[in-house]
Amino acid sequence: MSIVNYATREITCKLVYYGPGRAGKTTNLHYIYEQLPAERRGQMISLATQTDRTLFFDFLPLDLGSIAGFTTRFQLYTVPGQSYYATTRNLVLQGADGVVFVADSQSRQLEENVESLQDLHLNLGEQGVDVRSLPLVIQYNKQDLPRDLILGVAELQDELNFRDVPHFAADALHGLGVFETLRCVAELVLRRLSQPAAGA
Amino acid sequence: MRLDGHLRFDNYIVGSANRLAAAAARAVADAPGTVYNPLFIYSASGLGKTHLAAAIGWQVSQRQPDAMVDYVTVDEFVEQLHVAISTGQAEAFRQNYARMDILLLDDVQFLTGRRETQGELLRLFNQMQDAGRQVVMTSDRPPSEIPDVDKRLVSRLSGGLIVDIGSPDFETKVAILRSKCAEREVHFDADVLEEVARLEFASVRELQGALNRLVAVAALGDEPVIAGTVRRLLGARPGTPRHNTVATAAGDGEFLSFVADVSAAVASTVEEWKARLSEAVTTWGERGYRTTVLERALALPRSPDVDGLLATFEGAVSHLQRLEEAAATIDQSTRGLGVFRDPEGVAAAEAFLERVQAAGAPLPRPSSDYARDRFAVSASNQLAVRAADAVVGEPGRRFNPLFIHGPSGVGKTHLLHAIGLGLQQSGEERRLVACVSAPSFVDDLIAALQMGTLDVWRARYRALDALLIDDVHFVAGKERTQEELFHIFNALVAQGKQLVFASDRPPRELDELADRLRTRFEGGLVAQLHPPDRALRAELYRRAFAHSGSSVAAEVVTYLADRAVASVREILGTANRLMTAAEVAGVSLGVSLARTELEGGVSPAVAPTHVAGVADAFFLDDEKIIWDWPDVGGRAIEELR
Repeated sequence: MSIVNYATREITCKLVYYGPGRAGKTTNLHYIYEQLPAERRGQMISLATQTDRTLFFDFLPLDLGSIAGFTTRFQLYTVPGQSYYATTRNLVLQGADGVVFVADSQSRQLEENVESLQDLHLNLGEQGVDVRSLPLVIQYNKQDLPRDLILGVAELQDELNFRDVPHFAADALHGLGVFETLRCVAELVLRRLSQPAAGA
Repeated sequence: MRLDGHLRFDNYIVGSANRLAAAAARAVADAPGTVYNPLFIYSASGLGKTHLAAAIGWQVSQRQPDAMVDYVTVDEFVEQLHVAISTGQAEAFRQNYARMDILLLDDVQFLTGRRETQGELLRLFNQMQDAGRQVVMTSDRPPSEIPDVDKRLVSRLSGGLIVDIGSPDFETKVAILRSKCAEREVHFDADVLEEVARLEFASVRELQGALNRLVAVAALGDEPVIAGTVRRLLGARPGTPRHNTVATAAGDGEFLSFVADVSAAVASTVEEWKARLSEAVTTWGERGYRTTVLERALALPRSPDVDGLLATFEGAVSHLQRLEEAAATIDQSTRGLGVFRDPEGVAAAEAFLERVQAAGAPLPRPSSDYARDRFAVSASNQLAVRAADAVVGEPGRRFNPLFIHGPSGVGKTHLLHAIGLGLQQSGEERRLVACVSAPSFVDDLIAALQMGTLDVWRARYRALDALLIDDVHFVAGKERTQEELFHIFNALVAQGKQLVFASDRPPRELDELADRLRTRFEGGLVAQLHPPDRALRAELYRRAFAHSGSSVAAEVVTYLADRAVASVREILGTANRLMTAAEVAGVSLGVSLARTELEGGVSPAVAPTHVAGVADAFFLDDEKIIWDWPDVGGRAIEELR
């Protein structure tokens, strides 16, 4: 996907929130949506099941206005976390400029986190994307839960962040760490602009 | 980090919290290696440690261009050391650093646990200090609080001066904000900046972030940035310390802060040459110019010669503008044509201008030889002449079109041009009058069709105030010409412009003329010019003799006027013939000579003029010369017998 279109002076980034089911990907998007100034709120498209699980994907267009003469848009997507939506995940992931891996900090969810991370690598591999060059940020969500239910950041780092990508502790429900995560992945994506050969 | 002069002493705002550190840094920069060596600056993140260290390096490198100054973070230092060791270049690495006059080492707290690096640094510090070279270090904590560091190194680090930088006070914050505003060329009211300064920020970097947010809000123009809105815009609740808002939702501010940060990232990553080119694409594209050449350059992997490219492009554009202007002076309708909008197609634009120029030569004007006062009037032509005068008096209103017809040589062309001259000269403004013959009208049209300048051709005719077409019977049978004439006719009549036509026969007798034209020709006034009557003949003979300066007796004129002629042209021919004959005979023109000439005399007109005076007697013998040949029909009958 072309990030910067010099001819039309547009910058469009596709950011995908990836992770196991119920980890809080949609919650991240909801929080961002709620923070938008009213006049900038586009439509958040959420295809949810009756039990509020993401059925297909969520889509939140973020129009940042004109930056350095470029109309800048971020498109935030989430994938459905449940394992049986593998095809959808693969589809949504296509053309992603950056990925936020939202991990569920609960101890009992560790295996799901690992599986989902492997799934992410598998899908990226299938799409011919070099995982090492793709901007990736890990968010350890639900860090607000009682200590005995969750794993600390250090433990999660050991289990999940073997590539040592930027990571953030978060409480997406209350917004803690949500924008920090978004800011980090956005900057990683934009920084790649100065390395035109990478992944282009 | 490169020392690019961005971080200098003169843009470092000094307040009570950083006065000591700033003074020490200046002292070090003034006399490196002598006063405080090493200089150790520590503070919480974002309060200006790096700024001071970089300012020292910049000032020294400005004053002593030969000085070896290096700024390196501990992380980079470690990385370089590892590379050097793995490639067997450790000695070169050591020598490289040992040559430094000033070493600026940032983020020293990261030395924790790196034994090898610590050893290497200890050796380097010893070397540099022994040689009187300066070391400046920064850290987020004092040396004694950096865990897991060799004690010998700690003592080295502490051996010079250790200074800390505190959080800026209110006044310093206001000064920093003002300085940043000036740097970014933005303006906020003083009370806005003071309101920002009243908020608690842990670091100057956060203070700058807050300013960035305000700049972003101001740029969006959604709401005014005034003192009363600052706290809300920055996400701080009125009267509450800022750190309460760190972890929780910060409202609009959080989003704006994000936008501000993304702005900074975009500005630093968008390649400058591409930004310039795309700006040019936008600018020229908006003005309607084709920018494909610039777009192709944008797609190049590396920066082309942007200055040269833009200069060439702009040069081509201004050339096109000149061509467009030149074409528009000939024909306004060519303004804004696509051919003048492609900087890659300058040649095509030049060719187009040439065509316009060729097609745009001014249409023929009425000839001044045919003045109205030289047109003699009598009963035989007075209807047409009065109509002509009416047309000149009230063009486009009385008789439109005026259709003059008559046999050859009765003065149609003269009258047509006389009308043209009259139209041209009457009225307040000089009217644009064209007097063309139908054959050249047809030729022009064919040429325009050939060159593809039909629009220009039409525009020229439609711009006229009066169109006079002589010998219009020539358009008979020429369908395309009739079609174009029909449209021009309608366009001019609709604007109240005058049309005059001359023909050898009336419209109803013009074969192969489209009915729509015929009815239009007849819709105005059809006036006939008859062959001259006696009075007109007398007048014309008088004028002809007077014109040539001969004095001719009145009875000659009476005699000549009695003779019927078919045309004015014949009268002029007769007058010339008689005057030449009189000259040849060496006598003045009398009735007898005229009679001899016209009714059986020798015509000097057939004798070459160069023999005048020595004419062969043969030509004077009436019996040997046949002057009046029988007509063809008569001869044919003779031959048939």
